[in-house]
Amino acid sequence: MDNIISLRNINKIYGTEVKTQVLFDISLDIAEQSFSSIIGASGSGKSTLLNIISTLDRPTSGSVRIAGVDTTDMSRADLARLRNQSIGFVFQFHYLLPEFTALENVLMPARIRDGRVTRETMDRARELMKLMGIEKVANNNAGRMSGGQQQRTSIARALINSPKLILADEPTGNLDSESTEVVYDILRDINERFRTTFLIITHDRRIAQKADRIIEIKDGRIHLDLANRLSPAMAGQSA
Amino acid sequence: MKTAIKIAWRFLTHAKGQSILIAIGIAVGVSVQVFIGSLIAGLQAELVDTAIGRNTQITVTAKTRGGVIKGYQALVEQIEQSQPEALHVSPVVDASGFLRGSDGSDFPILLRGFEMERSDGIYRISGALVSGQLPGKGEVLVGKDLALEAGIVDTVTLATPRGSTREAKVSGVFDLGAAALNGRWVISNLELAQSLFSYKDQVSSIEMQVKDPFRADIVAQSLSAHLPEELKAVDWKSQNEQLLSGLNGQSISSLMIQVFVLFSVVLAIASVLAISVLQKSKQLGILKAIGISNRNASLVFLTEGFLLGVAGAVLGVALGLGLAFAFTKFALNPDGTPVIALFIDQGFVVISAAIAVLSATLASLIPARRSARLDPMEVIRNG
Ligand SMILES: Nc1ncnc2c1ncn2[C@@H]1O[C@H](COP(=O)(O)OP(=O)(O)O)[C@@H](O)[C@H]1O
Ligand SMILES: [Mg+2]
Repeated sequence: MDNIISLRNINKIYGTEVKTQVLFDISLDIAEQSFSSIIGASGSGKSTLLNIISTLDRPTSGSVRIAGVDTTDMSRADLARLRNQSIGFVFQFHYLLPEFTALENVLMPARIRDGRVTRETMDRARELMKLMGIEKVANNNAGRMSGGQQQRTSIARALINSPKLILADEPTGNLDSESTEVVYDILRDINERFRTTFLIITHDRRIAQKADRIIEIKDGRIHLDLANRLSPAMAGQSA
Repeated sequence: MKTAIKIAWRFLTHAKGQSILIAIGIAVGVSVQVFIGSLIAGLQAELVDTAIGRNTQITVTAKTRGGVIKGYQALVEQIEQSQPEALHVSPVVDASGFLRGSDGSDFPILLRGFEMERSDGIYRISGALVSGQLPGKGEVLVGKDLALEAGIVDTVTLATPRGSTREAKVSGVFDLGAAALNGRWVISNLELAQSLFSYKDQVSSIEMQVKDPFRADIVAQSLSAHLPEELKAVDWKSQNEQLLSGLNGQSISSLMIQVFVLFSVVLAIASVLAISVLQKSKQLGILKAIGISNRNASLVFLTEGFLLGVAGAVLGVALGLGLAFAFTKFALNPDGTPVIALFIDQGFVVISAAIAVLSATLASLIPARRSARLDPMEVIRNG
């Protein structure tokens, strides 16, 4: 199977005078349609790595290929299009636009892509919101929703353009453990149904167990990289 | 494009109070512009009308002092045909003489022999009659001051400096609004003046007005080219430099006021929108992260500037016209006429509004550029 993400020798150094190296020579391949999790202590460099993969941040050295395309020399406009159409984000701070309703937030990536909202997009948005259990707050102002509702809304937003790749940075940080499990089951379900690749940062080992692959980052290096035999997919394969 | 407009609209309506405040700021600027502009235009129109509206604007005379114009009928016809901008082309006989008062004393007068219908178009005499009517054959019209001073009743005796005299019936009394005219002019038809002052079939000048008085110099120039050698055409502009420089000064001060108003409007919008980019940097970061192009991110703020400009312009024009209307209603002379009749030039109003919209949009270029440069990573990293 092809790799949707292919990192080669990624280094990231912050600062010009006082230099802090956060990532050290990371090379990593993520297969299409896989469901992988990144774990690691706070400050180990997980978010930095994910932001580099998302093309929002640039590595100090090394190359990032997304779906076989090297992003190093891509123009800003091309990168914006790539992020809009091929990558879905769930940020650590689950940012929504407070001026818009939950539904409008979910629709925003599609609006950016198409310049308008088609019937199909609208249907898909409603379906996704139902799936995430937030159809009742669809018309609520995003600024006036609970943390959990905002998080679910931002997951629905990441899915609206049916991207090949979803990058999520602690997407269930604001949910209680029961809701967290529900959300992960949904993400897994989407992964299986739509063949969407997921790369998810989590500090919750219990959740990480549900992934096909667990990558542990420690002090800016890949410390562990395990195929997870307990994951539902693997369990399905072995059965 | 549509997406940027939708986002801009939502940003504006979400911060309603702030948006309304900016729009009002622009509106105040536009209304001052419309009001002051209309006021000054009204003032100028009035000034011009008083100075030259009821007067000859181009006068054709002989180049030599006291010279006469022969064959004036043909010349009048020629001017009318060759100068479509000329109005009320009238032959005139002007002659200084005396009017004998009821007590036997002489009053110096200027006898003005008019081709009545034509000159009436220039001086609007029939609208300035205090009593009686326009003079017919062998009749004269006298100014109200002269009539009072000389104790004029039904007939008068006119005398030339050379001593010939003529009795004339007084057809009426006029008030042309200026003491110099009311105390000195005696108006008759062409024939009476011609025969009393032995002008035969000649006149002393040909007077006319011009459709646009401010083109009088241009018309006079083109007219001069066609005149016989011994005649010249003099326009009011070359005779009224003070008035012209006064008008010019007003126009410049009006322009200055407008430039300053515009400047403050632009500054206000630019600074408020610049703050709004800062306020919206989180939203911009999110939008960029989910793939909005830099072009559209800029467009959000350009659209905001444009919409604020439109709202401000519409509000401002309404406010300015309302102010102007109130001014003509409440700032009145004792006789109930407005102190200054406003002159509302639609073109000027439209241009003021367009300039406001344009400058609001231009002012938003600065925040638009800033939003294009914003790095989404700043927002995503710092929460
Ligand atoms: N802009 C920055 N400048 C300097 N250091 C930074 C910057 N951003 C992150 N870091 C540092 O990089 C390290 C990794 O951060 P991060 O990737 O957010 O870790 P994690 O997501 O694993 O908690 C941290 O020590 C953090 O302080
Ligand atoms: Mg992190």
